[in-house]
Amino acid sequence: MHIGIDVGGTNTDAVLMDGRQTLAGVKNATTPDVTSGIVQAIEGLRTGHSFDGSDISAVMIGTTHFINALVQAKRLAPTAALRLGLPATKALPPLVDWPETLTTAISARSYLAHGGYEFDGRPISPLDADELRGIAADMAANGVRSVAISSVFSPVNHDLETTAAGIVAEILGPDVAISLSHEIGRIGLLERENATIINAALRELASEIVDGLTSAVRAQGITAPIFLSQNDGTLMDEDYVRLYPVATFASGPTNSMRGAALTSGLETCAVVDIGGTTADIGLLVNGFPRETANEVKVAGVRTNFRMPDVLSIGIGGGSVVDLDTGEVGPESVGYRLTTEALVFGGSTLTATDIAVAAGRADVGDPTRVAHLDPVFVTRVLDRIAERVAEAVDRMRTSPEPIPVVAVGGGSILLPDELPLFGAVHRPENYAVANAIGASIAQVGGEIDKVYAVRPGGRDETVAGVRAEAVDKAIAAGATPGSVSIVDFDEVPIPYLPGNATRIRVKAVGDLDMAVSS
Amino acid sequence: MSWILTADAIDGLARGAAVLGTGGGGDPYIGALLARRAVDTHGPVTVIGLDELPDDALVLTVAMMGAPTVMVEKLPSLDEVVAPVRALGASLGRAVTHVACAEIGGVNSTIPVAAAAALGLPLLDADGMGRAFPELQMVLPTLYDVTASPLAFGDEKGNVGVLNTVDNHWTERIARVACVEMGCSIMISGFPMDGNIARVALVDGSLSHCVAIGAGLVEARAEKTDPVARVVEILRGREFFAGKVVDVERATTTGFARGRATIDGTDGSLTLSFQNEHLMAESDGEVLVTTPDLIIVLDHESGEPITTEGLRYGQRVRVVAAPSDPRWHAPEALAMVGPGYFGYETASRRFDGTREPVL
Repeated sequence: MHIGIDVGGTNTDAVLMDGRQTLAGVKNATTPDVTSGIVQAIEGLRTGHSFDGSDISAVMIGTTHFINALVQAKRLAPTAALRLGLPATKALPPLVDWPETLTTAISARSYLAHGGYEFDGRPISPLDADELRGIAADMAANGVRSVAISSVFSPVNHDLETTAAGIVAEILGPDVAISLSHEIGRIGLLERENATIINAALRELASEIVDGLTSAVRAQGITAPIFLSQNDGTLMDEDYVRLYPVATFASGPTNSMRGAALTSGLETCAVVDIGGTTADIGLLVNGFPRETANEVKVAGVRTNFRMPDVLSIGIGGGSVVDLDTGEVGPESVGYRLTTEALVFGGSTLTATDIAVAAGRADVGDPTRVAHLDPVFVTRVLDRIAERVAEAVDRMRTSPEPIPVVAVGGGSILLPDELPLFGAVHRPENYAVANAIGASIAQVGGEIDKVYAVRPGGRDETVAGVRAEAVDKAIAAGATPGSVSIVDFDEVPIPYLPGNATRIRVKAVGDLDMAVSS
Repeated sequence: MSWILTADAIDGLARGAAVLGTGGGGDPYIGALLARRAVDTHGPVTVIGLDELPDDALVLTVAMMGAPTVMVEKLPSLDEVVAPVRALGASLGRAVTHVACAEIGGVNSTIPVAAAAALGLPLLDADGMGRAFPELQMVLPTLYDVTASPLAFGDEKGNVGVLNTVDNHWTERIARVACVEMGCSIMISGFPMDGNIARVALVDGSLSHCVAIGAGLVEARAEKTDPVARVVEILRGREFFAGKVVDVERATTTGFARGRATIDGTDGSLTLSFQNEHLMAESDGEVLVTTPDLIIVLDHESGEPITTEGLRYGQRVRVVAAPSDPRWHAPEALAMVGPGYFGYETASRRFDGTREPVL
């Protein structure tokens, strides 16, 4: 048996799973402190289905703690950003374009030093150890407790980041955490560096939270290993979380999508999550969310780490319906739905009223919408279906048909058949889908680098990169035979000589629970 | 008429440059950030109209040469933007009086702003193309026998070179080799012109035009009117197709992002051929618009320009055609930037679908 827990902004869901079967599920309000929420969740599961601590082989947890800490600019460590690249990059030093509240919250310090590589791996300038020691001494004098090191073209060669980390660590000692950009982001120096600085600022909190989670789980007599959900839906162990807390940022939407898919028995599908104000549409491919290709702003900071690609449109259960045009949203009554919608005695015509009038939902007082013209009601619902179908169509990457899974309170707005896509799947047991999503036990390894592919050498290069990704997944705890490549992308870089090609490979396998426990 | 370009106007300039970049020119973010930092540090830039340019002025263009992908990784320093301008001035033995944009599309519309700010020189409200093209010599001054050479180039290490070449072809060849050796992202300055020549050879008012496009997009959205219609109006062009991207084929050959995109609409399907920039639009085997006129792909709702690298299946887009500077339609200009030069075997078609007059 294993346990999945998803700590969301509002609710904490937990499930007890046996393989892919749900034995028990509970939902509680999220508590301000980590420990009591986890205790409450596990005790709730025990009530639903009794078990011994020793029956549990793994505990998987998805959490919004880290992204919340960043958004609220709270509990962040005093952080320094050190970039290797002089004499290049001088005009745009680290932390350029950060919101001031955040740089203040992390008592940010920014340093530029020599180092870095050209696109083809030639050094820009050699590392200067004395320069780095001087910078490290200044960091120490200013109370820096976490350091982010970035280097120009470290996705091509990361040696200098590693060497510089060693030099800086000698001065700062073992208590100062060091985060390296090549382990966190991809090509695009500012975005990768920003993600690394965010990671650095969260390192102390990561240790605190991991300790809290661990002690809460151990206090329940569970000795099994603890894993946290990453943005991409794979798991990381507690040691990894201490190093890369930033990888948990988007685990919420990811777990929700994966849970929806699993409870519907689908691996590749579009998930439409309709709430009060928006419909959020994401795509799962082989059980993993399709990720954005673009920069993502987090708390006002531009980053390029991989987030699930979610398209939001302004259609939800609380969306206001225009009586003249029949258009829906983007304005919404939001949480005031239960007082403002017609069926609840209010005076605003909402999408929920339309669903009730059409007999699709049974909430509130249907007599209050009996006066609506059925032709108008049909027109509004058709328009909603058409817009959702169009949004799903925007998200898919090819004209191949793809099943659609609808979840969330507002999914009553959707018909049983969606234009272009056919039957809409509506999973049961969706209330704890996030926790089910968290409990899916898979681990992965990803490589994303720029390679100079020599003429005729493409196949060899690609095979090497694929093997490297598979090894990385196994090192992360995957059962060797279960690992497969789930994502492969190869993009030649324009205007560069020597067939410079960015290759990205992701391998995923089942968590080897026998070995890990 | 002169005006002051402040840090606040730079986002509008970058957005407008992405529209006029017709799909090419790279991510405008770094260029805009660089320009903003330079203006914050050195103060706002005075932009002057061609009518105010004195006869004895020495105007140089400033641009980035190389791979936009490298520039987002090996970020520039202001020194390398400034050094080629100073080196060329020294080589010519005269003080440089004005800086101008070689092209008004992508990053090369914001880098000259950074240069002007850092050098404390006025920037011309003008550029060499009125759009974006991929090669050095593809500027209107070429038609007036102004050559790129003498051309200076510099890297972040402090290496600076000044080329004196026999023609633009050699300038391009030698500079490209140097560019690769220097790390594939260098700053160049060239096309020296006096006031008399610059006044006739450049595209007048293109910087304010560019800012107006960017500002128009944002304003139209704020006013909840159609941003695409606003762009069309400012460009005096036409929207000639709307639909969904159903296919994008890419092949990076000879250093350019070459490919074709197919867009399905209610009135059939449109094929766009691009090489960094959009160069030809066809429907049912009929050529509708070609370079040198502008083919611009905008997001259906927001009106935001979509680069050729950013084109993806499923996007809802509207395609706009707009006239280029009339001088681009002269036979010698068409030989340089017309469809034939880019390997498309067709006569050029104007933005309104008409054929070029045969001269």
